Amino acid sequence: MSNRYIGESVKRREDKRFITGKGRYTDDIVLPGMLHAHFVRSPYAHARVLSIDLTEAKAVPGVIAIYTGADVAAINGVPCGWQVNFRSGETMREPKHPMLIALGETAKHVGDAVAVVIAETKEIAIDVSEMVNVEWEELDAIASPADALKPGAPKVHAQFPDNKAFDWTFGNPIEEVDAAMATAAHITQLDFVNQRVVPNAMEPRAYIGSYDETADKYTLYTSTQNPHLIRLLMCAFVLGIPEHKVRVVGPDVGGGFGSKIYHYTEEALVTWASKQIGQPVKWTSDRSEAFLTDAHGRDHSSKAEMGFDADGNIVGLRIKTVANMGAYLSTFAPAVPTYLHGTLLQGVYTTPKINIDMTCVFTHTVAVDAYRGAGRPEATYLLERLIDLAALEMGKDPTALRFQNFIPPFDGVEQPGYQTQVALQYDSGNYHGILTRGLEMLGYADFRAAQAEAAKTNKLLGVGFSTYVEACGIAPSAVVGALGARAGLFESAQVRVQPTGKVSVFTGSHSHGQGHETKFVQVVADKLGIPMEDVDLIHGDSDTIAFGMGTYGSRSLAVGGSAIVKSIDKILEKGAKIAAHKLECAAGDLEYAEGKWTVKGTDKSISFGDVSLTAYVPHVYPAGLEPGLDFSSFYDPANFTYPFGCHIAVVEVDKETGKTTLTRMIAVDDVGNVINPMIVDGQIHGGLAQGIGQAMFEGTIYDENGQLTNGSYMDYCMPRADDLPMFETDRQVTPCPHNPLGVKGAGEAGAIGSTPSVVNAVIDALWSGGYKPKDIVMPMTPERVWLAMQ
Amino acid sequence: MITYPFQYKRAGSISEAVSMLADGAKALSGGHSLIPAMKLRLSAPDMLVDIGRIPELKTITVDGDELVIGASATHSQISESALVQQHLPMFAEGAGHIGDPAVRHRGTIGGSLAHADPSADWPAMVLAANSTIVVEGASGSRSIHSAEFFTGLFSTALADGEIITQVRVPVSAGAKSTYQKFAQPASRYAIVGCAVVKSAEGKVTVAFSGVSEAPFRDMAAENSLNNGQDVAQAAAGQSIMSDHYASEAYRLHLANVYLKRALAAVA
Repeated sequence: MSNRYIGESVKRREDKRFITGKGRYTDDIVLPGMLHAHFVRSPYAHARVLSIDLTEAKAVPGVIAIYTGADVAAINGVPCGWQVNFRSGETMREPKHPMLIALGETAKHVGDAVAVVIAETKEIAIDVSEMVNVEWEELDAIASPADALKPGAPKVHAQFPDNKAFDWTFGNPIEEVDAAMATAAHITQLDFVNQRVVPNAMEPRAYIGSYDETADKYTLYTSTQNPHLIRLLMCAFVLGIPEHKVRVVGPDVGGGFGSKIYHYTEEALVTWASKQIGQPVKWTSDRSEAFLTDAHGRDHSSKAEMGFDADGNIVGLRIKTVANMGAYLSTFAPAVPTYLHGTLLQGVYTTPKINIDMTCVFTHTVAVDAYRGAGRPEATYLLERLIDLAALEMGKDPTALRFQNFIPPFDGVEQPGYQTQVALQYDSGNYHGILTRGLEMLGYADFRAAQAEAAKTNKLLGVGFSTYVEACGIAPSAVVGALGARAGLFESAQVRVQPTGKVSVFTGSHSHGQGHETKFVQVVADKLGIPMEDVDLIHGDSDTIAFGMGTYGSRSLAVGGSAIVKSIDKILEKGAKIAAHKLECAAGDLEYAEGKWTVKGTDKSISFGDVSLTAYVPHVYPAGLEPGLDFSSFYDPANFTYPFGCHIAVVEVDKETGKTTLTRMIAVDDVGNVINPMIVDGQIHGGLAQGIGQAMFEGTIYDENGQLTNGSYMDYCMPRADDLPMFETDRQVTPCPHNPLGVKGAGEAGAIGSTPSVVNAVIDALWSGGYKPKDIVMPMTPERVWLAMQ
Repeated sequence: MITYPFQYKRAGSISEAVSMLADGAKALSGGHSLIPAMKLRLSAPDMLVDIGRIPELKTITVDGDELVIGASATHSQISESALVQQHLPMFAEGAGHIGDPAVRHRGTIGGSLAHADPSADWPAMVLAANSTIVVEGASGSRSIHSAEFFTGLFSTALADGEIITQVRVPVSAGAKSTYQKFAQPASRYAIVGCAVVKSAEGKVTVAFSGVSEAPFRDMAAENSLNNGQDVAQAAAGQSIMSDHYASEAYRLHLANVYLKRALAAVA
């Protein structure tokens, strides 16, 4: 162990190839004889396939195959990976997503595929897809869950007439919460919409299926966050192929934000088609298809109430939410509104009684699944909006109200973890610390003085707070299994020491923007006391990596990194035996530091490189010890990790136009120990931009026919650099007590905490000007803000 | 997406362009409206005639009391032109707020005017500056006053086969001008774009983009302001657009706010 790299902002190794255009994404891969697929998609949200005429299309030179539902009838639809049953005990309703909508069946969202054209070039495939004549019977569609629950609503799946996928209750019994709320001196009540957003990874989804007849083996190149998970789902549940006959490669991947966790129909279809045709088949989504077919995020509608006693102490929280699941249940979809959301409703407060009632509904829209934060941003939004609004309503300071209700600091070592009312036990936290630091950075007293002056002008100032805690480092397998996960959520790592003492690290985590190739190597180099140049990271290939559950839920370092540490521990333990043999001492007499074993109290030592060579050239070697220095490990975390932080937004609102300018964004986050501060800052910055994007700019707009009316960058507004201020970030470090690195995870924190702070800031600005809106629906367009002042 | 197949020809001169366009081809200038529409397969011309590299269409000069801007001058070229900055700062400032840097380095004033997007920035500026648009076709050259040029949603007074060659803008000493824009945050097109030119004698001209289905000179507001009133109702009598970003009532409100701000900027 040395401390040469951990804690240093080592520049990202992977950036050299990304910045110079040398990244190798799926669409960059060209295989001999490769064909191109283009899908014929439903233009309607709900429509029956009456006929399909391929006569004209099949006659075009360069067309290799056109498949429709009849051709793929033997392939199973894509299943869901998480089961949450009705509170009545009824099994979750799980419509499989068919590869292609068959004759007589109905497409269930705009973009649902009905045929696929495979041709020699992409141009031919696209042109010919327009010649596939599909006769549709357009049917009534529903895009909003509220409409889906109305009596007589059109049915998304005929066999589920009430359009419910499942319902769910969590927390304290509702009778106890009702009783607690009955004692409240003040109840803040608010109806929320946490709107649907589109993940918008920079690289669209792309897949290549390739079949080797001689070995009877498939290779799938896929823009994914988790190659092994795709292999598991596709082999076992969809195509029925033994896993050893499928290699899944996730090469460079240009962002996912959750949307590339899931197994999609197009992935299985190109894999299957490559065997039918005997040539590789590539499909790359275009941006318009991405808007229509990538799993979306959020989409909750809630009625929420937070009760306070006369002193301002929270006495209860009661929430009823309807979540839009879309037309099918995507891979992790049922977990998002339930175990990743309901379990976070304790927040950072000592709320004694909490109940959430959740109804999850099918609509004629593309599936909704985890999107950066996944359930935790929705929970944070409810809590942090309620407490800021409660402060305004009760005439209290929003920071004082928070301090009063915070869970007291606990480190999880001297003090036990905090047992919430909603199942989780937080590992460690110091919520007073981060808000105190945030207020220092803000200059709170000065701000309030400036706000009072601004209230006399046309430019109102507002400040909004959000103090969040989240659960990541996903997740203990036994716990998630009990909650309905159909997989374990451990991670694997193999550390292979080469004979020269150079190290190859194989991780089941997948890097698609997180900087694993740098920060994992920082850990390995320091743990072994060797230069980073001596260590390489390998990821993303199911034939090379033993196993992997992939990257999501801010889990890579906490879970995947811990697996690497376990392997390093095994290497050092075995290395010590070899070293002891060479140094003619007992292993217990040795200490390891700076890349060598030294006999304690002497200058006798042997280097890591010499031990490595001895392991592979075992001429002088401990009796009974296997040669080689190569260890695999699986790490199953003991608990989730619980990062927390304080996000403070300062806005200026133009009274005449309603236009909001975000002038300051302060983020004090506690993500546990930090391996690479620059990478953590980058993650926080990106998360903040996405969280601010949801508050101010982003959101789908479906019309009454289920058409997405803003499915392009001309209409769907992504946040841009000039929309954002220079972020002011700082950190507090409360190590995770239950993993070897003490890390918690930073990938989602920015997106989890920031959104409510921005909305709270606009509400605060308006109240300072004498307007008293309780809510402004996101995204807070200028018109919506202006209307709140009329 | 990928466009439908099409033919491409590059014209080396105005006369060559006119002859190439005779058989129904579509003129391509900067291509920042046309090419995206073709990629989405919303537009499917059989033939494109590239007029973006004709040298005489790219010049910016002063001719007597007129600033003469070649139709293929890019937004960035206009924004950075010392002549434009000196004689008509509104054009330089306004051009600098079109789209993003990539759009400004490819998109042209002539292309924008011919496309006639109701929310584009150039129409309001060109209208308020009392410009004349010079066009050329098979039957020769003619001048169209800007007030006659925009005839509706994406439609102009250009005849088939005609291309814009110049925008001629009267300039006078002591005049002040401004373009004030409230941008749609995704597209950065104008929800409301208000251009005001005020002569040395204090007469104002007012024009709007983004408000109505065609950009327009606001004669009613001009009459009020030029007859001694300090404020005027914007867009009176106009049919106001509405979309999911700005309703009719909000857009009209913004038009009034931006007229007030533009007038303050030239006060």
